[in-house]
Formats: sequence, structure tokens, C-alpha cells
Amino acid sequence: MKYTVGIDLGSTTTKAVVLNEQGALLGRGITNSRSNYDVACQVALGEALINTRFALIAGELEQAGVDAGERQRAVGELERVFRAEQYRMQLRVLASELQRFLSRLLTRPPTLAPAVALIVSKMEAEVESLYAAGSRRKSDFFRDLAGSRYLSLAEQEAKSTGVSFDTLAGLFDKAILDVENSSAAAGRFEDHARAALSRMPDASSVLAPAVERVTTLELEQIGSVGTGYGRQRLPFPEGQIRSEILCHGLGAHAMFPGTRTVLDIGGQDTKAIQVDEQGIVTSFQMNDRCAAGCGRYLGYIADEMSLGLHELGPIACASTSPVRINSTCTVFAGAELRERLSLGEKREDILAGLHRAIVLRAMSLLARSGGVRNEFTFTGGVAKNPAAVGALRQLLVENYGQLHVNISEDSIYTGALGAALFALRDAMRVAA
Amino acid sequence: MTPTTTGAASREAQKDTSQVRQKTMIARHFDRLAAAPETGEKNCYTFVPGNLTELLLAFDMLPVLPEINALQSGMRGKSAEYISIAEKLGHSEDVCTYVKSDIGMLKSGNIGPTGQRLPNPDLLLLSYTGCFTFVKWFELLREEYHCPVAMLHVPYQADGKITDAMRQYVVDQLRGTIIPMLEKISGKPYDEDRLKACLELSARAEDDLVFVLQSAKHRPSPIDAYFGAVYYVGPIFSSFRGTSEAVDYYRELRSEIDERMRLGKGPVTPDGDMPAERYRIVVEGPPNWTSFRQFWKMFSDEGAVSVASTYTKVGGVYDMGFRHDPSRPLETMAEYCLGCYTNLSLPARIDLLTRYVSEYHADGFLINSVKSCNSFSAGQLHILREVEARSGRPGGFIESDLVDPRYFSAANIKNRLESYFQMLEQKRAGRVS
Repeated sequence: MKYTVGIDLGSTTTKAVVLNEQGALLGRGITNSRSNYDVACQVALGEALINTRFALIAGELEQAGVDAGERQRAVGELERVFRAEQYRMQLRVLASELQRFLSRLLTRPPTLAPAVALIVSKMEAEVESLYAAGSRRKSDFFRDLAGSRYLSLAEQEAKSTGVSFDTLAGLFDKAILDVENSSAAAGRFEDHARAALSRMPDASSVLAPAVERVTTLELEQIGSVGTGYGRQRLPFPEGQIRSEILCHGLGAHAMFPGTRTVLDIGGQDTKAIQVDEQGIVTSFQMNDRCAAGCGRYLGYIADEMSLGLHELGPIACASTSPVRINSTCTVFAGAELRERLSLGEKREDILAGLHRAIVLRAMSLLARSGGVRNEFTFTGGVAKNPAAVGALRQLLVENYGQLHVNISEDSIYTGALGAALFALRDAMRVAA
Repeated sequence: MTPTTTGAASREAQKDTSQVRQKTMIARHFDRLAAAPETGEKNCYTFVPGNLTELLLAFDMLPVLPEINALQSGMRGKSAEYISIAEKLGHSEDVCTYVKSDIGMLKSGNIGPTGQRLPNPDLLLLSYTGCFTFVKWFELLREEYHCPVAMLHVPYQADGKITDAMRQYVVDQLRGTIIPMLEKISGKPYDEDRLKACLELSARAEDDLVFVLQSAKHRPSPIDAYFGAVYYVGPIFSSFRGTSEAVDYYRELRSEIDERMRLGKGPVTPDGDMPAERYRIVVEGPPNWTSFRQFWKMFSDEGAVSVASTYTKVGGVYDMGFRHDPSRPLETMAEYCLGCYTNLSLPARIDLLTRYVSEYHADGFLINSVKSCNSFSAGQLHILREVEARSGRPGGFIESDLVDPRYFSAANIKNRLESYFQMLEQKRAGRVS
């Protein structure tokens, strides 16, 4: 089966979107960006292709006459068990990497090796519950999932045995690199899929043949386009690289065809983009000289408050009386934050003020790009933050009146989707 | 406000005869300046917009242009050091970086772009007041040199035209203040016939310069009217307008460009002749000088050619018909001072840019907004919107600075430019389909 792929190499995450020849979305993959861009692309693409195969399995089930609810349940179950298998395999690689780095330590307290072994065995024992039906995971990244469990168990070990927590954490920091940077560690689709099937004795009789057909299906890439901040370093020829402005414009148009103005707030860029009825960019503005008001601003504030990035929005939403934050500089806003805390202001009120501050900067950029036209589409990592979305909606009404605001659950993939569409157009042009 | 071929960024290898000629002219000029303390030749520090070069030449005075020295310092990689010297002396980060570079150069021995020491000024002649920073700049230099200052107040073209009263106001100042001052400093009487002879030479060089700038209407354009053209305007914007050397230079340049056009050649770029013209761009705003070559390559690598620019009009908007007229010497100089680009009103600048986009068949226009220069930057976002609306062509906006390398963020500017060029490509493809 032929496919095209778009890869968006952002400063925080790398995203891949796979389309079939008709332009239908088949799969998506995401991974943390890292200094080795090739690896980030490979991992994201690998994920997107796994995702694609699940979509194809669902298609097979549909052809076999399985109804929509049952299809979703069967594929969802398969994927859950598949991910548990994949996690187990990555855990095995992690364990051997931990051993490797352990053996390299110049000074090894006798309690260290047993402590590491105990942590790993506890992590292995937790896999079932981690991936139990209905359980929620905070992240889909192995680094985040395994890291969170490892460090928590390491802390317990350090307390009970006196082994240095720093040494345990240091081992993990080294070992995880080879796990997340290796596509071998992620394993092969067929192995995990077959292993998963074998653990699903009650699965429908049509599932196994569907899995078998999709597993043996050859996926042929007929086009690829790269975009994002690191696009110059993407392992693509120059002609296959597009600016993220164009990709976000087209991606937003594909998600919401009525889009005329796009706001994308990413890790270090804020982009205000105007598009026409075909998704062609007519003008744009990006933040310049200063990255305050981008996603990293929130990252900095989260660090200052010892919170997770994803916790900021929900806390800010609880505010009843947002404070006014005047600093447009990230570092100064940090100082203002500490000052406000020391004055006894509520955490949620300060956070609400900070969210409004970053949206105000975006409003200024939107004004520079030519204002906001209906429909308005908000994309990028910050579009997942409910407090930022709330502040934006309010400021849009205040400045531009009632507008149709589009925010997709999958807005993080907008740029990669646009890139994949460009790849498809290029491939069609070559074919013609 | 223009470079000369003496700087480090002078084009390598591929040198046209006109470039060699320009280099020789400039070297000779700086030799004369360096020798002035011995020869007794008088000099006058002045600015590019509204410069009265012919009048200075009529009094045998040598012009020195601090703006050009500052941009040359930027190109030679000296401005960062000069700016830091000025900042240590108390000049704020917000002060125009031309000023700070000049002050730093002065404090470092006043060594000019050719490596020779510049003479102290015999006169500071402020002949354009549209830039308030110029006034303050010469106040600073007066404190340093304790020399006479002459100020010509040039009214702003608020309604987009020069009135009789405005012209007369400037002429009265020339006659009543500037000329007597020049007579006093130079020790020579005012010789109007000599001034007329210089103005006659100016007009001839101006004709050829306009031919060169308008050659960009041709496809492919034989010149780059922003990066390449800053070299072309060098002699006429600096010390050579009104000289026979300038006439010879522009005659030679014109025939070289004519030949390029005949051969169907594109412009010269930092990497030699541009192979294919992909985008035709009108540019507003001064270039960045500290990364001039890198900045130029961001255009030429993408096949983008500047077909017209406003920066190359700061020393005279000749392509709209103005020529120095020897039959009305003082009036023509007044009109010249009143008509330089940064003295135009915002609507007049919008008209000019819109006209360029249409007459030069541009795919779009780009604004380089520099932090230092409010004369240029104030109102540029408004200009962007208006020119977009009137021309129907997309505008791009980037930000940098004149000579402070801290304000040139290469990755961001390249990212923006690439996005802009790809947007033009996409729009073009959209139009075709």
C-alpha cells in the first residue's frame, strides 16, 4: 500500500502524519525531539506506521462486516495489549542498558546492583496494571512512563537501603537514551501484534486473519515532506522541505475548511497566519527577537512552581480573580510570580494572569498579521491548555466579536498534516 | 547611508571595471582626507539625506559622512566593539547604533574605513533635520570637536508635496546662513558658476544612475536593486555627486549593466551570477550591515532578486523625475533636501512602494524594519497593510538592525524569509491552477 508522510520537527516534539493515496489520514506518531533529528524522525514515523496498521486492521474488520462499536472495541483492545508488549520489550532493553552502565561505574557500592535489579523487577510486575483495561496513562512516551516509575521506585530504594538516589537517577538518564533512540527497542509490529493476539484468547475470530493480512502488507512511501524548526536538518532533500507557516496553514484548512485565520503557539514560535479559501497562506507574522508568549514561557513558569506543564491550565481555570501580570519578558514574569506569591496572592489567580499575558502577546501578533477573520483556528501545543484557550476566547470576543473558534484535539499534528498533504500533492504531480 | 567598495564585504573575485574605478575613487578621497591636516584642505562632516555635496565642492571642502563610516564599521566587523565603547560612555541601548558606532570609532582614534585616520571636522553641516537623531548626533560631535555647526532646517513633506514657501524657506537659509558659514570656514567666496558646473555634472550622473536602477524592470533583472545597488549608489550618495569622476563612473556602470541586459544575465550575487530569477521583490528599509553578505545570500540562494528598494533612494528619489537643475542652483538644492525618501510622508511612501510593485512586476515586497532607525521604521506595519491592499501582492516583515550584530538573529530571519518565499511560490501556483 502506498502512503505519503509529513514530519513536523518542532522544538519540543516531533510529529509524523501518514496519508493514503486518497489523502485519508491513516496514522500519526509523536515523540520527544532530541538532538539527533534523524532519530526523532525515524521514531515518529515508526509510531505513525504502527498507528497506520491499526487503522488498516480496523478497515479490514469493517470489510468483514464487523459493526463500528465492535471494531473500535476490538482494535482498542488489540492496541492496549500491543502497547503493553512493546513496553515490556523496551523495559528489557532498559534493563540491559542499566546493567551496561552499572558495570562501567568506577565505584559500585555493593547494594547498588541489587537495588537496580529490584526496581526493574518491580517495573516489570507493574506492566499489567499500567496497561490494564480502562487505566489511564499520563503520557504515551516510554521515557515519561518508565522514567516516572523508575524514579519513584528509586526514591523508595534510596530511602530504605541508603543507596544514592543521584546514582540511580544518573544510571537511568544514561540508559534511557539508547532505549528511546533505537527503533529496535520499539520492536517490530508483527512480533508485538502476534504476541498480543496470543494474549487475547477471547478475541473475535475475524481479528487474527485481519491482523495477519495487515502485518504482511508492504507499506510503500511515495512521498515525504518535512517541516518545523529543525527542517534544515531533516534527512530529506531540499525540495521536500516546506516552511511550517505553509504547513500549518494547509493543515488547519484540511482540519477546518472554513479557516481564514490560524494562530499557532508552539514551543518557541507564535505564528499568526491568514489563509484563503484553498488554504493558501496570504500573510503571516511570527514573534521576533523574543520568545516570551510561547509555550516555553509556560514551561518556565511550570518549573518555577514545581508543577508539570499539563497541570498549569487546570489550576489556572480555578481562578476567580485573575491578577494582572505586566511583564512581557519570561524571566521578569518569573520574578513577578515570586513577588505575587510572597504577597499571598493565590496560585490559581497568578497562573490565570500569566495565561492571559501570553495570549495578549498572541493578540498583538494577530493584529500585526491583519487581524482575525472568521473562522479562527487555534493550533499548537498551547491549544491543549484550557486556561490559554479560555483567555483567548475572551480576548477574541472583546476585540473581534463573536467568531467561530476551531480547536482540534489533534491540533498538535496540524503542521505534520499540512506537510503530508504537500507530499501527496507532489507525489500526484510526479505521477501525472 | 551606503557602503563603498572599500569594506570587507566588497565583492570578491568577480570585479567589474566600474567597481575597480569606484574603489580607486574612494581610496583617493580618503587619502586626501588623511593628508588634510598637512595640506590644509578643509572638510565638513555631513549626512547622506539632503547632503549639499555640490555646494561643499564649490568651496573646495571635502565631505565626510559619519553614517557611511558607521556602516563600513559594521561591514568590517568593528561596530560591536565601537558600540560597546559608546555604551560604556553612557549611551543607552536604545540609541541609534550608527551614532554609537561613530562615537566608538571616534574614541578609538577615528580610523576610517580605509585604515587611515580621519581629520577632525572644520564644520558640522546638518542639512537634513527630518531625523531628530541627526541633530543629537552632531550635538555630541560638537562636544567632542568644539567646531562650528551649521543647521539647515528642512520642513517635512507632511502633505506629500513641496510648496513654494517650503522651497523658499530652505533657499533663504542656504543664502543667509549656510553659504556665509562656508565662506567663513573655507576662506573662499561663493562662486555660483562653479556650483552650477557641479550641478550640471550631478544631473548627468543621475541620469545614468536612474537607467541602472530602472534596468531592473527587465526580466531577468540584470541588477539586485537592494544589495547590489547599495554599491551603485555609493559614489552619488557620498562625496562624488557633482564631480566628473562620478559622471565617468556612472557612464561605465551603465554600459556594464546594458551589456548584462543584452546578454540576458541576472544580477551579480555573493556567489557570482544568479542562475535563475525565481522571485522579484521590492524591499523597504535599510539593510543589515553586520551580516550583509549572509543576509544577501538568504535572498540569492532562494533565487530572490530585489527589483526596487526605497533604501537606495535615501540620498535622492531620482527615479520619480527629480534632477539637479543648474539653472536654479539654490532652488534645486532645496528641492533635493526636501525630496529625500525619509522626508516623504507615509502616504507618499505607500504610493511609491505600490508603484514599484506594479512597475517592476514584483511578486511581493518585504520590509526590513531596523531597530535603530525611527525615520524608517515608524509606520512600517501600516505601510505593509496598505501596500498589500493596494498592490494585491503579499508583504513580508523581518526585523534586524543597522550595525548592532546583537539584533541580527540569522536563524529567525532565514526562517521568516524562507516561509515568505514559499508563500509567494504557493500563491503563484494557486494563481496558475
